[in-house]
Amino acid sequence: MTTDHDQLTIHEAHRLLEERRFSSVELTRACLDRIRYLDERVGAVVTVTEELALRQAAEADKRIAAGDAGPLTGVPMLVKDNMCTRGVLTTCSSKMLESFVPPYNATVVDKLEEAGAVIIGKANMDEFAMGSSTEHSAFSPTHNPWDLSRVPGGSSGGSAAAVAAGEAIFALGSDTGGSIRQPAGFCSVTGLKPTYGRVSRYGLVAFASSLDQIGPLTQDVTDCALVMNAIAGHDNRDSTSAPIPVPDYTQCLNGDVKGLKIGIPKEYFVEGMQPEVEDTIRAAIGQLEKLGASIDWEVSLPHTRHALAVYYVIAPSEASANLARYDGTTYGFRYKDGESMWDTMEKTRQFGFGAEVKRRIMLGTYALSAGYYDAYYLKAQKVRTLIRREFDEAFEKFDVLVTPTSPTVPFTMGEKLDDPVQMYLSDVCTLPINIAGLPAISIPAGFADGLPIGMQIIAKPFAEETILRIAHAFQQATDWHEKRARI
Amino acid sequence: MEFETVIGLEVHVQLQTRSKMFCCCSADYASTPPNTHVCPVCLGMPGVLPVINQQAVEYTAMTALALNCTIAEYTRFDRKSYPYPDLMKGYQISQYEDPIGLNGWLAIEVDGRTRRAGITRVHLEEDTARLTHRSAPGEEAYSLVDVNRSGTPLMEVVGEPDLRSPEEARQYLIKLRSILRYLGVSTANMEEGSFRCDANISIRPEGCDELAAKVEVKNMNSFRAVYHALEYEEIRQRRAVEQGEDIFQETRGWVEEEGKTVSQRGKEYADDYRYFPEPDLPPLSLSADWVEEIKARLPELPEAKRDRFMTDYALPRYDASLLTGSREMADYFEVCLETGLPAGLALPARAKAVSNWLLGDFSRLLNATGTEISDSKVNPEQLCQLLDLMQKGTVTGPAAKQVWEEMFKTGRPAEEIIDRKGLSQITDTGEIEEAVDQAIAANKQAVADYNAGKETAVKFLVGQVMRATRGRANPQLATELLKKKLGEE
Repeated sequence: MTTDHDQLTIHEAHRLLEERRFSSVELTRACLDRIRYLDERVGAVVTVTEELALRQAAEADKRIAAGDAGPLTGVPMLVKDNMCTRGVLTTCSSKMLESFVPPYNATVVDKLEEAGAVIIGKANMDEFAMGSSTEHSAFSPTHNPWDLSRVPGGSSGGSAAAVAAGEAIFALGSDTGGSIRQPAGFCSVTGLKPTYGRVSRYGLVAFASSLDQIGPLTQDVTDCALVMNAIAGHDNRDSTSAPIPVPDYTQCLNGDVKGLKIGIPKEYFVEGMQPEVEDTIRAAIGQLEKLGASIDWEVSLPHTRHALAVYYVIAPSEASANLARYDGTTYGFRYKDGESMWDTMEKTRQFGFGAEVKRRIMLGTYALSAGYYDAYYLKAQKVRTLIRREFDEAFEKFDVLVTPTSPTVPFTMGEKLDDPVQMYLSDVCTLPINIAGLPAISIPAGFADGLPIGMQIIAKPFAEETILRIAHAFQQATDWHEKRARI
Repeated sequence: MEFETVIGLEVHVQLQTRSKMFCCCSADYASTPPNTHVCPVCLGMPGVLPVINQQAVEYTAMTALALNCTIAEYTRFDRKSYPYPDLMKGYQISQYEDPIGLNGWLAIEVDGRTRRAGITRVHLEEDTARLTHRSAPGEEAYSLVDVNRSGTPLMEVVGEPDLRSPEEARQYLIKLRSILRYLGVSTANMEEGSFRCDANISIRPEGCDELAAKVEVKNMNSFRAVYHALEYEEIRQRRAVEQGEDIFQETRGWVEEEGKTVSQRGKEYADDYRYFPEPDLPPLSLSADWVEEIKARLPELPEAKRDRFMTDYALPRYDASLLTGSREMADYFEVCLETGLPAGLALPARAKAVSNWLLGDFSRLLNATGTEISDSKVNPEQLCQLLDLMQKGTVTGPAAKQVWEEMFKTGRPAEEIIDRKGLSQITDTGEIEEAVDQAIAANKQAVADYNAGKETAVKFLVGQVMRATRGRANPQLATELLKKKLGEE
């Protein structure tokens, strides 16, 4: 190995593979070694697919030799464990699916395989993507590579931590209320939640169908654009995916942000926000101003304060139906000693789901019940429309909105485990974006006492290019994204 | 006190699409081994998503239009949640708030009186898997799941509580089935389960406008069963009320063997299906243009066809109704008319001749042999040739019936059968005279009756002549000869 591979981005790895500085098999082995060496402490990976990875790497090497390599060909990566992988365990970090091997691939997995990416394993997560710390994994929590006593964020904590720790060159995550961006912020990596409908959800084990979206976790914005090029686009198997052409996302990375109008919604600098986070984000925004963007510090999005309540009605409601299929009848965990069919189904759910999942199923079941539907679900949908409209109006004036990704730096493990509401507040800046179906990125913006702070850039639907352009310009001017966790 | 019966029907109709409602699997679930027409989508596996079957939406819109419904400009699917092992996702994708069709009606005829029964809504959903329960003495009972049926398209037609008798309910079902078959959207066969009916029935004092507690009757597998179950329930409820008992809302099952309904479960608490809009499927907008296009493609429906038959062919209402009861029969009839046979008759006379044959001898044999008209071995051309031969006098009416039996069995042309069996009409006076003489000689009593002034005795004697000639004698000639000879005696 001629280079310290954990410093590698996708575009660097691609260049070095093309230059034959190392082979994909060598690069893949290096990542697998690093998982073996580090992951006992990080806990980012739930399944290592060594055999599959080495086979794919060998294939990739052939493609490279034939001059048929794309930017992702031969690059080792991880898939969050809620995306179906044919013949490979897909557990959602739940006891319920501990033994579940899907006979089909998620559309994104098909697309990555076509692009020649090497799947080295499945990333840990909060059970069924419900959580903000990856402590709700039924197997083991994931630790933050920047400080192993702290959480990596969640629910895509495994994906973020693995990229931060150099166990994989990039990873896929899913984001329902901040599950890509918050861990990206906590682990100092780049994480994009695309517009709802930009990336197919087929094969993504559903949490909240109207909010879920798959996106990349990468070392930098260029990598993010490269992964988006591979995974975005309409899919006949997902009726909610948008039939809108996919641009080449690398074309917008031109460093030019002059004249772009950036709004700073004051409601996102919430009460109880850590002062270091606020200072860091304000400084980062100042950096964007220096690059030529015009900043309006006085934007107001008053409906934001309802977003958390709206989210915790809609997401659990959808989840309560989405998770109804796990009853032990056809696949997954089944309670063995049930006294009757009903007893077996009930006990399967009682013992197969963790506490947080059951909490949300109960919340959602309650919100949808006769007599409560209008007061909860219907009301939440109406407020959702108001939140959406408020963003629409803001985007008539601004190209993007910029906020902190999370109100705090990574918290210590166990700190919020017994206080669900405190845990939920960790997503207060990211939830509204899912509610409105908008694209948003989190990029490294600085550190407080060595702990990462993420900046969130939000745009109107399908304006991922604007986000990537600004984020890229920021990364050209700063080196936060080049800092690596010492582990 | 006089009571009025109030009935509303809910009919589930399996749509005849090639693929299932939300995936590419074949919707033909019955003719293949269990669990062979399945995929991750209809198995309800993690992460899969539904995609709407366009054909099923079209079929539902066609049905809704034929039932005089308004087609929703905006329609969407909802999730209906309930746990059961035949429901692979734990929820059924159905339509709750915005069904495809709303506020229609169906014209039914009872005792020669036509009236409209309201249609509340027509909506689209998916069927469940099929459970088979097994138990053997001394062994633990178990259930088998066949997922072939899971996700096949199901259309529900919900009727208003506008029906007032079991007979009206039966007529409603006959009419609905006829329309579905005309449209070609379903085989609409109750015995096979492609047409399933649940009935809500209550009684109330005559003149009362309020609805009383209704009983839902399930498990009826034929039109006859619906009729008998409702008749039973009507009487049961009347007796109960007369004895001062309360009727409470419940679900009762029809037990065919015992000819009665039995309580299945009370409805003290309402089911809570926790409906909410299906987030995996965007709402559909059905544009006015699209609806017009569907409307233009609708075939002529039974009533319109009946009216046209009455106007164009001067057929009596009775004939026109029966001929248009099924699209196949009506089509067969019209193809017959296109042959122009029997020659020499004006259109109304031809139409009546064909109608008589179709509703008479043809229907009789179809029913007796359980044959569908589409499977008949005799094509319209062949049938009309027989009618033509009859008209021309080549065969008599009675002989034609014999020829017809043979044609129906073998599908051979009439002329060939007539030749082979020597069934052509006898117009030779000598040959008939012989038979006449024999008839007179063998039936002294009839002769005596005739001589005593009983004219009808001739008919009996003509019958004897026809029998002796295997129906081949020209009946007019036979009558004339008989009268002449009897007069001579």
